[in-house]
Amino acid sequence: MFSTLLIGLRAALVTLVLTGVLYPLAVTGLSQALFHEEANGSLVTHEKGQVVGSALIGQGFSRPGYFQPRPSAAGNGYDAAASGGSNLGPTSQKLRDRAVAEAGRLRQENPDAPGPVPAELVTTSGSGLDPHLSPEAVRWQVPRVASARHVAPERILAVVDAHTEGRTLGMLGEPRVNVLQLNLALDRRFGESVGTTAEAP
Amino acid sequence: MTLLGWLQILLFFALVLAVTKPLGLYLFHVFEGPTQPLPKVLGPVERVLLKLCGVDPKREQTWVQYTLSLLAFSLFSVLLVYLLQRLQHVLPLNPQGFAAVGPELAFNTAVSFTTNTNWQAYGGESSLSYLTQMAGLAWQNFVSAAAGVCVAVALARGFTRRPGPEGQKTLGNFWVDLVRGTLYVLLPICTVYALFLVSQGVLQNLAPYRELTTLEGVKQTLAMGPVASQEAIKMLGTNGGGFFNANSAHPFENPTPLTNLVQLFSIFAIPAALTYTYGKMARDTKQGWALFAAMSVLFFAGVAAAYAAESQANPAVAAAQVAQAGNMEGKEARFGISASALFATVTTDASCGAVNSMHDSFTALGGLVPLVNIQLGEVIFGGVGAGLYGMLVMVVLAVFIAGLMVGRTPEYLGKKIEAKEMKLSMLYVLIFPLVILGLGAVAAVIPQGVSSLNNAGPHGLSEILYAYSSGTGNNGSAFAGLNANTPFWNISLGLAMLAGRFLMIIPVLAIAGSMVGKKTVAPGPGTFPTNGALFTGLLVSVVVIVGALTFFPALSLGPLVEHFLGQAGKVF
Repeated sequence: MFSTLLIGLRAALVTLVLTGVLYPLAVTGLSQALFHEEANGSLVTHEKGQVVGSALIGQGFSRPGYFQPRPSAAGNGYDAAASGGSNLGPTSQKLRDRAVAEAGRLRQENPDAPGPVPAELVTTSGSGLDPHLSPEAVRWQVPRVASARHVAPERILAVVDAHTEGRTLGMLGEPRVNVLQLNLALDRRFGESVGTTAEAP
Repeated sequence: MTLLGWLQILLFFALVLAVTKPLGLYLFHVFEGPTQPLPKVLGPVERVLLKLCGVDPKREQTWVQYTLSLLAFSLFSVLLVYLLQRLQHVLPLNPQGFAAVGPELAFNTAVSFTTNTNWQAYGGESSLSYLTQMAGLAWQNFVSAAAGVCVAVALARGFTRRPGPEGQKTLGNFWVDLVRGTLYVLLPICTVYALFLVSQGVLQNLAPYRELTTLEGVKQTLAMGPVASQEAIKMLGTNGGGFFNANSAHPFENPTPLTNLVQLFSIFAIPAALTYTYGKMARDTKQGWALFAAMSVLFFAGVAAAYAAESQANPAVAAAQVAQAGNMEGKEARFGISASALFATVTTDASCGAVNSMHDSFTALGGLVPLVNIQLGEVIFGGVGAGLYGMLVMVVLAVFIAGLMVGRTPEYLGKKIEAKEMKLSMLYVLIFPLVILGLGAVAAVIPQGVSSLNNAGPHGLSEILYAYSSGTGNNGSAFAGLNANTPFWNISLGLAMLAGRFLMIIPVLAIAGSMVGKKTVAPGPGTFPTNGALFTGLLVSVVVIVGALTFFPALSLGPLVEHFLGQAGKVF
């Protein structure tokens, strides 16, 4: 019995060093050498060279000249150090109230938008850091962005189309647009969005 | 539901099917072959590791020795993971300066990872140091998975070994199986897998969190860390404990539809392959394919139900009069409905518990699927090792029922199933609902239980049921609105996880020990064949009847009631 316990302790320490220290350190070393950018957060820089975010992590946008992402349940919204969803169930009063309020706000801010509000824009994602929107949810916002930037909607649509990613291998996942990359592209093309914020920041 | 959605599901299954035989053969060589793969490279490493542990690899163990070895290893596992968390504030690799984890939470997390549950009462990026994540959690991701395979292989040896003249009584050597499973299977695959994940954008660094200013001038802090190395084993070992709170929904854990497919595939790869390994050990690969077929039937039933349910509109969002093409609350835009429903099904068929969408926000019937999958005992491919031994217990039950129908002593692979094995199997079957429903009933009536709920009405009961099912089933996914980081929940779920792992492993190894010495008899005309479609059908029925009937009353008060109330427009 005692010898079994002793082997147990030794085996625990040996496997801990092998899989808990050597393995992650080796992978870290290889990753830093082979995929330096990805391993460190796929950071996106502004044209002035300043880091403005990660290509994989969503961030909040509220100015009318920017496309707005989905609502976020991460911290106080797009807190990339506190990921998470709302976890509100399908019969939750809180979820209903939030969706109704968000839809009302969106309808008010987008008087010229075509058709009903896409559900994506009133639902939170699983991580609270969803960097994407479906092409439909982006197109729905085009009239607002175009009028805030005083640009013809067709020119905005052209940028949207250029930033739409299809399904991987033609079938995996969903078509999507990266909101940060899209807004950066708008700034490059039409100048920075300086319009007033839609609501108190 | 769309055609493309179903194509994704079929592509995933085709990959699993394709890997079953080659990986199954590889596993057979690792655990049963006279020599192991790559003897020149890995052979010396294996010998050094075993020497460092003080193990004589030639010594076989009886079931009691095998069990005691596993328990001793698990004991030190819990202790070391507990200590790493309690001392993380004075240990290195803690760039965010996180304080020591509190005692109840540290106990819960230590038990959770040792039992291959990986329930997350903690928020990774807001409370654990890099050392705790690597040396504590990633370590247990490896060895708790390897230990699961050990138990499955030991049980398979119990059924398939032919006793010599004096009757063989041993099941192999736990330490050798543990080291081989880690060294030949998990480590090499994970190293390649982790690098693939990094190439897609998963983090792998030891840097402090990155502060930046967003395009609109707001401060954002990006959590960092050695994510990919942990992510790989989290999926391959069907562990499921995320580096981050949001688990595989987090873009730094699962950035693209391609990583999502690979993560799904890696959950099922080893459990599916083990059915082939088992067939090889039984000297009749059809025995393995019969198990594979039963698992596949149950998998497709689950994924069809989950996909259909999640393609419906969310009733709570309906009041906002928005255009719903399915329930998108708690789901990521890059995955959409199909890949989210598939992930929820696969992660609970297996005892993985990683999530790429929030199960708590699924429709009532969509959330019912993962819950039922867990309650069926996670035998649909199941956890690494755990799925096979769980399914083999169901096989014993099915063979017994078949024996009753024809009035013969039941036998399996030529060995008689007798009263002792039946008692042990029933013990295994009964412990599970006893813990889930017992603790669930307590939590549903005491203030310490219900005060943690995030949702009112029947959904609240679903949160409680899901928590204990997930804990006892060693799954680890959650209806995550439940605030599980309280002393009551940390301790009661910790105990549920211990019971669900060890009180179920001990009867399994006892069955193995009892079967291994039995003489084999040649099949006669009255022998019920266990390698055909008829047996597969019977096995599926046994799994469904045992699981579904046990939990149906509780489920009807949770998800089923919620479904009908939701359809009527009721909210809580």
